[in-house]
Amino acid sequence: MTSPVPPADTGGGRGGIFDRRETLAKLLIAPAVLYIVAMIGAPFVLAILYSMSNATTGDPSLHLVGLRNFAAALDDPVFRIALRNTVVFTLLSQSIVIVLSRVLANALMKPFRGKGIVRFLVMLPWTAPISLGTIGWLWMYDSIFSPIDWVMRYLGALGTATGILGPQTNLYWLGVPGLAMASVILVNVWRILPLATVIQLGGLSSIPKDLIEAAEVDGASPWRRTLMITIPLTLPIVSIAFLFGIVFTFTDLVVVYVLTRGGPVHATQVLSSWTFFKGIEAGDLAQGAAISLFMFPVLAMAAVFILRLARRTEVV
Amino acid sequence: MRNLSKLARRGGLYTLLGVFAFFSAFPFYWMVIATFKRDHDLFSPLNNPFLFNEPPTLEHLRTLFTETHFVGYLTNTAIVGFAVVAITLATAVPAAYALARWARGWGETLGIGIFLTYLVPPTILFIPLSRFASFFGLQESLWSLILVYPTFTIPFCTWLLMGFFKTIPKDIEEQAMIDGLSRFGAMTRVVFPLAISGILTVVVFAFTLSMHEFIYALTFISVSAKKTVSIGVPTELVRGDVFQWGPLMAGALIASIPVAGVYTYFLDRFVAGFTMGAVK
Repeated sequence: MTSPVPPADTGGGRGGIFDRRETLAKLLIAPAVLYIVAMIGAPFVLAILYSMSNATTGDPSLHLVGLRNFAAALDDPVFRIALRNTVVFTLLSQSIVIVLSRVLANALMKPFRGKGIVRFLVMLPWTAPISLGTIGWLWMYDSIFSPIDWVMRYLGALGTATGILGPQTNLYWLGVPGLAMASVILVNVWRILPLATVIQLGGLSSIPKDLIEAAEVDGASPWRRTLMITIPLTLPIVSIAFLFGIVFTFTDLVVVYVLTRGGPVHATQVLSSWTFFKGIEAGDLAQGAAISLFMFPVLAMAAVFILRLARRTEVV
Repeated sequence: MRNLSKLARRGGLYTLLGVFAFFSAFPFYWMVIATFKRDHDLFSPLNNPFLFNEPPTLEHLRTLFTETHFVGYLTNTAIVGFAVVAITLATAVPAAYALARWARGWGETLGIGIFLTYLVPPTILFIPLSRFASFFGLQESLWSLILVYPTFTIPFCTWLLMGFFKTIPKDIEEQAMIDGLSRFGAMTRVVFPLAISGILTVVVFAFTLSMHEFIYALTFISVSAKKTVSIGVPTELVRGDVFQWGPLMAGALIASIPVAGVYTYFLDRFVAGFTMGAVK
């Protein structure tokens, strides 16, 4: 507000509303801010109120009952499974993504023919609507017609008495608890990999070329160059890729909803899917809101780290 | 010797890229196969699933376009998408300009604050927003989606555009004002045309994100004819418990590929918004 006013503001007789800087600025910013307050701020507050009430879709009026819903959630074995699954699902898939995206980004940095088409193909999982991509996976994980099972049978690993995967003809990707979790994680890796790769590409291309060349002249080996220059310089951007991956994975509902609906017997239930089934399908708004708010501390922490990293990157 | 190791390295690079491309694109190849395969061929576990064991057919496409609401899903998606683009442009462009230009200290803080609201996920907001929708009588209406989707487009697009406006030199407006334009006129007639690539990015981003959205559409809309593609295809192309895999895959493929093509073209700019935006 104390910014110096340039001469154009004081000079001349033009003092209309379209010429006064501060007023115009406020007018231009107001719609966006009002919308955000009404449609993100207010619902967020309402979610907190619901979580402390006994509202249902049948009777959505607010009667505050304290922290009972949070206690009830913590007592619920399904909630505990969902919480554990969410953490496993997020950390495991993001650790895989961060390694693979580094490898892919390194490869994409090199000049080669057909870059446009390769880029289009590797970006597909992120650029195509996620619910539709996941439907493709649902068909690939089919309990009878899975092409993965077909290849295993073809190779003799499945469906024969001596097969290493067993004598049954199918693996039932989404029907067995551990395998269902692995299947969901794989689809999530597939989905986030392009985003992480593009973020990493940005980091890699921002390293000054002369720095690498200087190290080369000084006789540093490729490994040493990677260890001493590339990794430290791209660490902040890699962390940002990791944090955004966490935010998107942690809150994602689509992959689990389309593939398993949380099954078999809650083996792939995560916080977001459990929120949906409790809060919307079962109509228990209060419980649903309480479950969803368990995600908030993690998101808030991620946001703080993103901001800190962003500041640090600027210094580098 | 030297040539040989170069050749090996090239081969390694292409193999690596091939593996990644295969992993990423295979589900879509799988959709292509199912789209054109006859049911008899599709549902014979002994047939090689990667090949056409019987002549290909257009039957699934015919079913998709004549016996399902698929065209309606596409229309609904387009209506919602364009409306969200319009709302996003009308709010984010002026806000971003003002934040980038006239508001130094507090503008930066407010800008970061707006960006952070992007991190409040639909999975927290959809329960209260479903009450909003029913309070305003917008359940089962595309209006509910048009009203709610800007919750994820406005914060991000404002942030993205702030970055764009900062790259346009101030002298340009100052010159325009000396030439007799008002501040508002300088903004709309001189600066906005220069920011056209940023504005175009926002158009593509708002549209594709609206098309991708799943949770709100799933929560607010259950009438088949009102669904968007992202929920209509996965939830409606199932008869009882039986998935109609042919039409299902055809629908997923047709709705995915064009938007993916456009999105890929703009992807770098979005990601620059995520990271550089957070960096600067």
